[in-house]
Amino acid sequence: MASKTLSPEFKLIADWIHTQSRVLDLGCGDGQLLDYLIQHRSITGYGMEIDPQKNIKAIERGINVIQSNLNSHDICDYFDEDSFDFVIMTQALQVVSRPDLLLDEMLAVGKQSIITFPNFGHWRNRAQLFFGGHMPQNKSLPNPWYNTPNIHLCTFNDFEDLCEEKDIEIVARTVVNSRHEPTFAMRFAPNWLGEIALYRVQRKT
Amino acid sequence: MTDEIGIVTPQKLHVSTPLEMVSGSTLPQYDLAYETYGSLNTDKSNAILICHALSGNHHVAGQYEGESTKGWWDGYIGPGKPIDTNQFFVVCSNNLGGCHGSTGPASINPLTGKVYGPDFPIVTCKDWVHSQNTLRQHLGIDAWAAVIGGSMGGMQVLQWAIDYPDQIRHAIVIAAAPKLSAQNIAFNEVARRAIMTDPEFHEGRFIEAGTTPKRGLALARMLGHLTYLSDDMMGSKFGRELREGKLNYNFDVEFQVESYLRYQGEKFATKQNFDANTYLLMTKALDYFDPAADFDDDLSKALSKATAKFLIISFTTDWRFSPDRSHEIVKALLDNDADISYAEVNSQHGHDAFLLPNDHYEGVFRAYIDRIHAESNQQTKTKSGGA
Repeated sequence: MASKTLSPEFKLIADWIHTQSRVLDLGCGDGQLLDYLIQHRSITGYGMEIDPQKNIKAIERGINVIQSNLNSHDICDYFDEDSFDFVIMTQALQVVSRPDLLLDEMLAVGKQSIITFPNFGHWRNRAQLFFGGHMPQNKSLPNPWYNTPNIHLCTFNDFEDLCEEKDIEIVARTVVNSRHEPTFAMRFAPNWLGEIALYRVQRKT
Repeated sequence: MTDEIGIVTPQKLHVSTPLEMVSGSTLPQYDLAYETYGSLNTDKSNAILICHALSGNHHVAGQYEGESTKGWWDGYIGPGKPIDTNQFFVVCSNNLGGCHGSTGPASINPLTGKVYGPDFPIVTCKDWVHSQNTLRQHLGIDAWAAVIGGSMGGMQVLQWAIDYPDQIRHAIVIAAAPKLSAQNIAFNEVARRAIMTDPEFHEGRFIEAGTTPKRGLALARMLGHLTYLSDDMMGSKFGRELREGKLNYNFDVEFQVESYLRYQGEKFATKQNFDANTYLLMTKALDYFDPAADFDDDLSKALSKATAKFLIISFTTDWRFSPDRSHEIVKALLDNDADISYAEVNSQHGHDAFLLPNDHYEGVFRAYIDRIHAESNQQTKTKSGGA
């Protein structure tokens, strides 16, 4: 069953999704999260994915998946305002060409957005740069600097500053380590100790 | 394991109920030529209708006795192939106005006892769907598990979803458009002028005159081929390659691409014996296709009654019906919160790609068809459980 192999990150996201909501998953991969949400939250909605092989997998799962490049097509070309209760984007904010504009679009077509990304400000990254003098390369950032999809890495603080600037309200935030476990210490120094953050945001009313 | 369908025999349905056509004309009676592959299951839930493209016909798969060439989509239909005939009952009919067995301009008009020729009424996509629905009833099928088509066939699929929402569970629309662009119509018009200005056209009564407008038809086909291929494809296939390896400074065939086009045109006009009036009718039907026209030019509104689940596929280098045209369909379906998946397949083959092998295309196709199969099984179970 999908639920048994569901990644911890997806489990955390699923906790935020209420039943029968409409969901758009940007960069939905093979559709695992949507599949889980359909089965356990009775949601409806769509996934968007650029990778052909992942598209095929998603179709096999019975997911409604639109093959689209998030960098060349606006989500607003496809969907009207407030079409979704949730627009989810997991581990993809840092790979798009303009995360700030995408965030605007996500919050245009959806009432709330759920975004997850690796924290560039984690102490290990800082240490690699500070002491080693190298761009960080580790479990959550496995690629070398010259060949990485992660072109817009940021820290939790950076992201929160962007939200502030854009008048975006952070409804909830969960900070976890690479095994997706929250630790006690992270509550006091999330930008140092958190490896991955899950944000739930909405437009300020 | 893929196997072959083997020898197939076309069938014919004679319909004596008059067909009221969109143009206002009435066809008093007509024949529909069709082929079927695989077998219909007991609850008749596994039937798939294939709609053919402009120059296509009902011979989609398998081969005729004594002939070596296979149907035009044999690669995708058969035992173990993406449309698995071990699982599905596949039907394809020759469109009305065609020239391969269904009543068309080359048929005898029962009222006059003469060949219809130019008197054959203008047919539209809606008329085709209407007549195919009669075939559906004849075959005793409540609803198609899927209606599938590429190019003009894809447009027919859209029309099916709009006109008979309860008779189609899945719609697979490949390399199509919601209506023709001015450029598309322009190409069609040049093709028609090529045929109609051929001295052998005889105002459309060339059969009675004992001739065929071969030159016009060949030109129309050459033009068609231009729009089916991508610039890239032509470049890689022919480049500026010369037939004799040198320039001769005359108007004979010098470049390979010229030779290819002439061959295609020639083949179409002579060997395939395509009826010139049919070509005119088909291109007109394409020009007229615009399902949104009846709904304030709003495609979303046109598709609002459609209940089918959709798979839309486009090809990156197709400039006849480009991915942008498929986007229009996708957008309209999304407006209606329809169940829809969309794939944009990377291919260098232009519009022709929908007939050619391609891993991504086949993967998407197979995955989606498997889903339809699973659903059909589900339906069979529910039905037998409820009975």
